[in-house]
Amino acid sequence: MKRLLVLALLLTAAAGDIHSGYDDASPETRAMQDDDSANPGFLWVREGEAQWSGKACAACHGDARVSMRGVAARYPAYDAALNRPITLDQRIAQCRTERQHAEPFTPESDAALGLSAYIGLQSRGMPLQVSTDGPMRPFYETGRTLFNTRMGQLNLSCAQCHDERAGMKLAGAVIPQGHPNGYPEYRLEWQTMGSLTRRIRNCMVGVRAEPFPPDSAEMTALALFLAARAAGLKIETPAVRP
Amino acid sequence: MPTRGSARLPMKRSVSLGVAALLTMAAGDPGSGRAIVANRQVSACLLCHSGPIPDPHLQGNLAPALTGVGSRLTAAELRQRLTDPGKDSIMPSYAATAGLNRVGQPWVGKPVLTPTQIDDVVAFLSTLRAP
Ligand code: HEC
Ligand code: HEC
Repeated sequence: MKRLLVLALLLTAAAGDIHSGYDDASPETRAMQDDDSANPGFLWVREGEAQWSGKACAACHGDARVSMRGVAARYPAYDAALNRPITLDQRIAQCRTERQHAEPFTPESDAALGLSAYIGLQSRGMPLQVSTDGPMRPFYETGRTLFNTRMGQLNLSCAQCHDERAGMKLAGAVIPQGHPNGYPEYRLEWQTMGSLTRRIRNCMVGVRAEPFPPDSAEMTALALFLAARAAGLKIETPAVRP
Repeated sequence: MPTRGSARLPMKRSVSLGVAALLTMAAGDPGSGRAIVANRQVSACLLCHSGPIPDPHLQGNLAPALTGVGSRLTAAELRQRLTDPGKDSIMPSYAATAGLNRVGQPWVGKPVLTPTQIDDVVAFLSTLRAP
């Protein structure tokens, strides 16, 4: 069943020309992403690497290059104890507060983005492959509904831009298909690293909607839907985008 | 004080609109309307449309160009476009305050543009004649 679903998603992907925001970016932006020594995201990766080995992460998980390989490709994933999907960032936060008994991260802090980028990097080049069946199904459906619901004072849905008008221009910017495969990523517009949650918040504020709080059920459902919608796309963390 | 820009409303249109319409449809100020359209924080028009305004590379192509639109549509039609684009359009209603979902705190209960701003935008669009 799971295999069939993944296959179906891959086929839709092939049929619908799924492509990464990388392909919509300028040659200069792509070149910056392609070269690890020019990619500003690696400043955060290095910080994350230091945290990984210096803190309790390595004590439990060993070498991240082995233990964290492929992890980012399966998130958001089901948390049996919580009976709901959680994002990779939420899993990291959970490990930190419950196992490591440390203070929770400040959202969007260099420390939080660094660990997330370092762990994400271990899956670079691997295809996104989240589960959407079994107990994940209702959350996926919620995400799909939210993606297709018009919102905000400007009354637009995610789908109206990212499904129906991808490749066209909103003001000066090419509308990408809106895939989550590069996060956390360095945005030239932000001049810093940011999470997927921050990106979605930007799009929601752009249509003058009240953004879903970062750890809300809605935000996680949207992140799950985006990951499933991007099935098969290769992880690029840390990506660089305009 | 003179009514803002009243002289600019073409006669034949005012005649066909009737008294009630004239009362709610004060003639706007095209200069102010141009500034509103040009300012994307205020109107967002150029997110989707292009038009005869500087910086064409920062304008959208999700909608027809506004260039020449004053020759294609009457003032009444332009106003209707802005206030009631229809539910199949991606264009927002610039007058609506109801029927919207999850409007952000700063904008709750407010239309995108005030009635006066809409008058001004309509006046500006009416000046956009096909060459
Ligand atoms: C009015 C159009 C519009 C709407 C509505 C919109 N977006 Fe976006 N979105 C954009 C544009 C334009 C960009 C790229 C911005 C840039 O390149 O600077 C973007 C970027 C993104 C990206 C980043 C893609 C990448 O490659 O990094 C994601 C993810 C995304 N949007 C998700 C969403 C979601 C989820 C929603 C709904 C809650 C949404 N967007 C609503 C226009 C929109
Ligand atoms: C989110 C996208 C969007 C925004 C923002 C927007 N429009 Fe539109 N507009 C459209 C689309 C799409 C059409 C084409 C007809 C349709 O689908 O409703 C349109 C049609 C029009 C038309 C009719 C054009 C013709 O040639 O028939 C006018 C006039 C117009 N818009 C003016 C404006 C003005 C002025 C603003 C800002 C105050 C604005 N629009 C903001 C999307 C938008």
